[in-house]
Amino acid sequence: MRRVVITGAGSINALGASASETMKAMREGRCGIGELEFPNVDRLSIRIGGQVRDYDEAAFFNRQQVALYDRFTQFAMLSAREAVQQSGLTFSGDLAAHSGVVLGTAAGGMNTWEDNYRAVYEEGKNRVHPFVVPKLMNNAAASHISMEYNLKGPSFTVSTACSSSNHAMGQAFHMIRSGACTAMITGGSESMLTFGGIKAWEGLRVMSKDACRPFSGNRNGMVQGEGAGVFVFEDYDHARARGADILAEVSGFAMTSDAADIVMPSQQGAGRAIAGALKDARMSPEEVGYINAHGTGTAANDKTECAAVANVFGAHADSLMMSSTKSMHGHCIGGTGAVELLACIMALRDGVIAPTIGYEEPDPECALDVVPNEAREVAVTGALSNAFAFGGLNAVLALRKV
Amino acid sequence: MAQPQTVEEQVRGILAEQAMLDLDDVTTESTLEDLGLDSLGLVEVIFAIEETFDVQVPFNANEPDKSEFDISSVQKIVDGVQSLIDAKT
Repeated sequence: MRRVVITGAGSINALGASASETMKAMREGRCGIGELEFPNVDRLSIRIGGQVRDYDEAAFFNRQQVALYDRFTQFAMLSAREAVQQSGLTFSGDLAAHSGVVLGTAAGGMNTWEDNYRAVYEEGKNRVHPFVVPKLMNNAAASHISMEYNLKGPSFTVSTACSSSNHAMGQAFHMIRSGACTAMITGGSESMLTFGGIKAWEGLRVMSKDACRPFSGNRNGMVQGEGAGVFVFEDYDHARARGADILAEVSGFAMTSDAADIVMPSQQGAGRAIAGALKDARMSPEEVGYINAHGTGTAANDKTECAAVANVFGAHADSLMMSSTKSMHGHCIGGTGAVELLACIMALRDGVIAPTIGYEEPDPECALDVVPNEAREVAVTGALSNAFAFGGLNAVLALRKV
Repeated sequence: MAQPQTVEEQVRGILAEQAMLDLDDVTTESTLEDLGLDSLGLVEVIFAIEETFDVQVPFNANEPDKSEFDISSVQKIVDGVQSLIDAKT
């Protein structure tokens, strides 16, 4: 089996317009959550989110591209550009044939759906733009990345709600590890901060009106974000042979299903995924210094996740650090695992542990070291990234310092 | 013509439908636990109340006990709905 490493990273989200800006904000414990700005926001009871601000699509894309790129595709394209540039790879010949794209998204071209529904239902128009279908389809971002970089191997989109990115990156990892591919562009993207997107979430009554405070005793729900994270995963030998800068190694991955409830998380399902990722990576529990938590800030997730970690790690649970960066960038839904992987890279490569901000009071049911409010400098050699989706679909990645 | 239903009858009706019980099994003393309603069922009940009475129920599933809207018994829910209706006029 081949080893798999990360040789490029890119992102855009409420914390910054690049991977490095995002990591800088995480290091500073900055909050990217604020008042939402879009039409009809006054008709919502939830009015905060981790929105990408001061964003001008015309600064990055020409008119034809804008006609084809939904906001979620634009975020993915910008992130992919950064990641591929950092990797230094150009794709042609055999490498192109053995490289592809696996991206996660929960809602795909939500803005396109919304804009065009408005046009036909609200404004009574009888005609929509001819590219509505290729613009809104969930695989649009993956396809445009494959076209842009000449990636001719397997490419597809994974949609498992809040686990989409981790499931996607897990597939990319498997394809390189098995020898089927040499390099994969992978991660996820989401842009559902629209009137309809928030209205739908509002109905579940799990959203906070003021802040995302994961693990804090006074937490009162999740806050949505948007954005993308895209990475270059590469065969270790291939990366070494060309002298690439390696950010971290992806060592293991596991997926489980709760087979229980459509919205309530399960400690067993989460725990089996965490234990499975350790086993797959041949990583001992003691090797894990940092966990990027799913940490949504809901009552249900946070206590279930802490119980799962405590159960899998036993006494070592008290020695490891676990933070939720959703407190800063919001819950980027299908793109969230990819944005959060940056926190794992920062922990392993730079020895900086991103904090859980907004932490105000302890919760006895979340009695782990959640790195409250301030980043910490600690060298770690092993890290996990958790994602637990509605529908009971869990996906956990294990990473190592290289 | 049938008598218009009282708020209590309508709330009991919503709860009975959600809990898949006979209307007679939903008394004003019942708790949501008695009725076998879980958190997801409760969120649907809140939605049905909002639709039926055209009110906004202040309720966050993350902190049901801290909510201004008391859900500790059917009677409390009826009282809460009544005060939301009164507040409208």
